[in-house]
Amino acid sequence: MDQHHQLDAIFGALADPTRRAILARLAEGDWTVGELTAPFGVSQPAISRHLKVLERAGLVSRNRRATARLSHLEAGPLREATEWLARYQAFWDESHERLDALLASLTRQPEG
Amino acid sequence: MGTTKITAPAGIPFIDIEREFAAPRALVHRAYADPELLKQWLGPRKYVMEVEVWEPRDGGRWRYVHRDGENAYAFHGVFHGPQTEERMLQTFEFEGAPGHVSLESVEFIERDGRTLVRNHSVYQSVEARNAMIESGMAEGLEDGFARLDELVERLTSQAPAAAGSTR
Repeated sequence: MDQHHQLDAIFGALADPTRRAILARLAEGDWTVGELTAPFGVSQPAISRHLKVLERAGLVSRNRRATARLSHLEAGPLREATEWLARYQAFWDESHERLDALLASLTRQPEG
Repeated sequence: MGTTKITAPAGIPFIDIEREFAAPRALVHRAYADPELLKQWLGPRKYVMEVEVWEPRDGGRWRYVHRDGENAYAFHGVFHGPQTEERMLQTFEFEGAPGHVSLESVEFIERDGRTLVRNHSVYQSVEARNAMIESGMAEGLEDGFARLDELVERLTSQAPAAAGSTR
């Protein structure tokens, strides 16, 4: 998967509130589908479908431990996506901080 | 200190940027309309900004270059309609992606002596938006998922860097 498609998959996966909640849960540790389903009030197959979407986006991996399949958060792709987001945000954050300073100096010297 | 809110909705070729400034509208507008002021703030400090032409009036042209060492990123476009303290409207083209022209409006809304600036950019397609954003000036994209930033920050600070299991 090239970077473009991976980012599309990551953002698509993150667009859903249940999937964001699943990721937040997985940040605390690895869980089985049953353990993940309990707090959400939706069916286990529904959680399984969400996990498949997260797995395709590379955000979750699933390992078999004894008889249970554990879902595990893969933070790497998420971090790459954040960095990609952060550069655009940084451009404007820094521009706007400079504009704050400029406006402050213009306010002190209205014709400056 | 204000917060810059950037929204780039999935599936729609828009980028919206909102920021409030602690200054009256006339002054904020001046910082956008006067090229001598514009080049003092637009872009990160590492860039030197050269404004070749900046004619904020109906049909006026604009072109500027951001230089960072050996790299140069040039942008140009045309102003459309009356350019007032309430609103500026222009086309925008990154010369590194010729033909991908967007339409950009900047609204200035004064509230109690402070000014909210709303920048709305419309691209010809989502692909064009993303392509522009990934090149030159805009190297990344803030996607408009309400709690994404917060979530991602929490996840990346909690999750170990190694790909191995946490238990």
